Amino acid sequence: MEFFERFAIPHPSPAIYASMVAIAIVSIAIVVGITYFKKWGYLWREWLTTVDHKRLGIMYIIAAILMLFRGGADAIMMRAQLSAPENKLLDAQHYNEIFTTHGVVMILFMAMPFIIGFMNFVVPLQIGARDVAFPRLNALSFWLFFAGAMLFNISFVIGGSPDAGWTSYFPLADNEFSTSVGTNYYMIAIQIAGLGTLATGINFMTTILKMRAPGMTLMKMPMFTWSALITNVIIVFAFPVLTVALAMGTLDRLFGTHFFASTNGGMDMLWANLFWVWGHPEVYILILPAFGIYSEVISTFARRNLYGYKSMVASMVIISLLSFVVWVHHFFTMGQGAFVNSIFSITTMAIAVPTGVKIFNWLLTLYKGKITMTTPMLYSMLFIPLFTLGGVTGVMLGMSAADYQYHNTMFLVAHFHMVIIPGVVFAMLAALYYYWPKMFGFMLNDRLGKIGAWIIAIGTLVAFMPMFISGLDGQARRMYTYSEASGFGIWNMISMVGALMLAAGFALIVYNIYYSFRYAPRDIGSDPWDARTLEWATHTPVPEYNFATMPKIDSYETFWDSKKKGTPLFPDKIEKIHMPNNSGIPFIMGIIFFMWGFSFVFAMWIPLIICTLGIFACMAYQSFENDHGRYISIEEIEETEKELGGKR
Amino acid sequence: MMKELFPMKQVMGFIFSLVLTAVALMVYFFDMSFAVGMTILLVTAFIQAGLQLVLFMHAGESEDKNAIYITIYYGVLIAIFTILGSLLTMVWTYQIQ
Repeated sequence: MEFFERFAIPHPSPAIYASMVAIAIVSIAIVVGITYFKKWGYLWREWLTTVDHKRLGIMYIIAAILMLFRGGADAIMMRAQLSAPENKLLDAQHYNEIFTTHGVVMILFMAMPFIIGFMNFVVPLQIGARDVAFPRLNALSFWLFFAGAMLFNISFVIGGSPDAGWTSYFPLADNEFSTSVGTNYYMIAIQIAGLGTLATGINFMTTILKMRAPGMTLMKMPMFTWSALITNVIIVFAFPVLTVALAMGTLDRLFGTHFFASTNGGMDMLWANLFWVWGHPEVYILILPAFGIYSEVISTFARRNLYGYKSMVASMVIISLLSFVVWVHHFFTMGQGAFVNSIFSITTMAIAVPTGVKIFNWLLTLYKGKITMTTPMLYSMLFIPLFTLGGVTGVMLGMSAADYQYHNTMFLVAHFHMVIIPGVVFAMLAALYYYWPKMFGFMLNDRLGKIGAWIIAIGTLVAFMPMFISGLDGQARRMYTYSEASGFGIWNMISMVGALMLAAGFALIVYNIYYSFRYAPRDIGSDPWDARTLEWATHTPVPEYNFATMPKIDSYETFWDSKKKGTPLFPDKIEKIHMPNNSGIPFIMGIIFFMWGFSFVFAMWIPLIICTLGIFACMAYQSFENDHGRYISIEEIEETEKELGGKR
Repeated sequence: MMKELFPMKQVMGFIFSLVLTAVALMVYFFDMSFAVGMTILLVTAFIQAGLQLVLFMHAGESEDKNAIYITIYYGVLIAIFTILGSLLTMVWTYQIQ
């Protein structure tokens, strides 16, 4: 019995017990449902073992949307607790666990898979490739991310959630102050997901550098692909720092080292330093692909080529470099003195320059454009003013002297939500509407989409603008309650209304998916938006080989040219196509990694060793497996092409 | 003919890398100040890494050598920024003891 006590939740509540029951019922229902409809074989063949970048992309996006609702539920609970002074809905411990989970889930398990999902789906299509450079590694990346995400998500019902904030600062995160296994979950789950992300970075860098269609030089790549390239470069250079920091944190918590302890020669501030050496580039890993999406959407719906292509590329390269030299602005108040703070203040403000260049490029693309206001375009238009609000307050926070006033208040919370929601979430929603027809063969309803966009945009303002005010008045972040005399009550009540509006907006998106699935017409062709880049040049649904013959590229917008000037895009004859085989190894490795992580969290060494051996066995099997892929014959391609509407 | 087939560059590189290893080992066997020892280690380490990269990992022999070198320079630059920045922040100017 003693063995099982460790799995108990240290700080239970009826809501958590109810969640346990709900999780059990839903899991059983899923298993029973799949068995009843006899879908196991289909699931295994078509999805679990797939190495197709399009399907992996869709799985990433589904996972991201699920995590959006998990993180959103956490957000609603927090806002509900704070909506009135001295509210008793949650106690301090639960509040701590919820804001930690909200942060980690939203950044690492919602935003990251969302952008990586769109990168997976779009980039190979945009560069005219048949798949990514290492398709099986790509599948492994997904399953590692998924294993990490699931491991983190079960923490609140088995052993207790982490409660030291998404930044997990030491010494708070050390055994002395965080006694439950929660922070172990944090260290291990993010480690597993991070390994997957690192592999994605290498994979996409190679894909973009080596697998572009003939004629597509670097300066003829679509802007989203450019942003993906820069993002993956940042991933490759930033994520190893996180890997190392998490490994050191794990050693501190489970093996008695003192890297981040405040005694025995440890240095607690080193965690904050390493965390943000990764953490600030991470911000740009999130925002650059979002900028790429906006570039595609704005140029498509303004019916103009993107203004200032070269300056767009240059500004992204500069941002990628600057993103590595600003991390100290996350802890201006922690004791490094005015000299260092001044240096990092200046580098921080310097980043506003290339970002401003991008904003002006979008505005100039719109200037004299023939704008059609579709849902993705509406999100892009709402992004510009809202994101600017977040950006300007960011410059305020970037001034180190003034930061002493804002640090650790709701002002900061308002700032980063005003950057991340209009910046990243709006972009992902725009991309969801924009690429939905390419992914699923029908369009999402535009009217419902626009109503949702307005509700979400207004909800964002209502939820986060009051925090700027209460923050300046001194409301600290991460406090689970406040007194009535503080006067914060009214602002937090307004925030609560905004949070509910956001929830309604997201619910409307779900309804839109249901509504469009039932009623939207399916005969939309392969290019419903009259778009400009290569992903719209192939059929809908996209055949597994993407393009029957390789496109020939001679300008930045070859597809647009071929539509307007009639230049041939696919001059070659059909030949047999070499494709990779499906493989169960990545999925199996994902499961083993999940068990590995679970054993690690609870310091169960024997299962841990067995799982480690299992991982190595999988890698050895993979190394010696003789798999040369397969060929799709010319007849088969011709048949598919005929079915989908002729060679294009 | 024989001269063309014989990998002169690689053999010389191999000998040179052995020499570099021997020099680095001196730090362990001889008594010297921390500063001198660290300088020797850093210098030999970076030459060694460059040697391995160019001679034995064949950077610069394929058509994508520009991409390879740019990525390496970028990586080195970021490593330097990160290390110097961390030292500056956490050691050289840190004010809380």
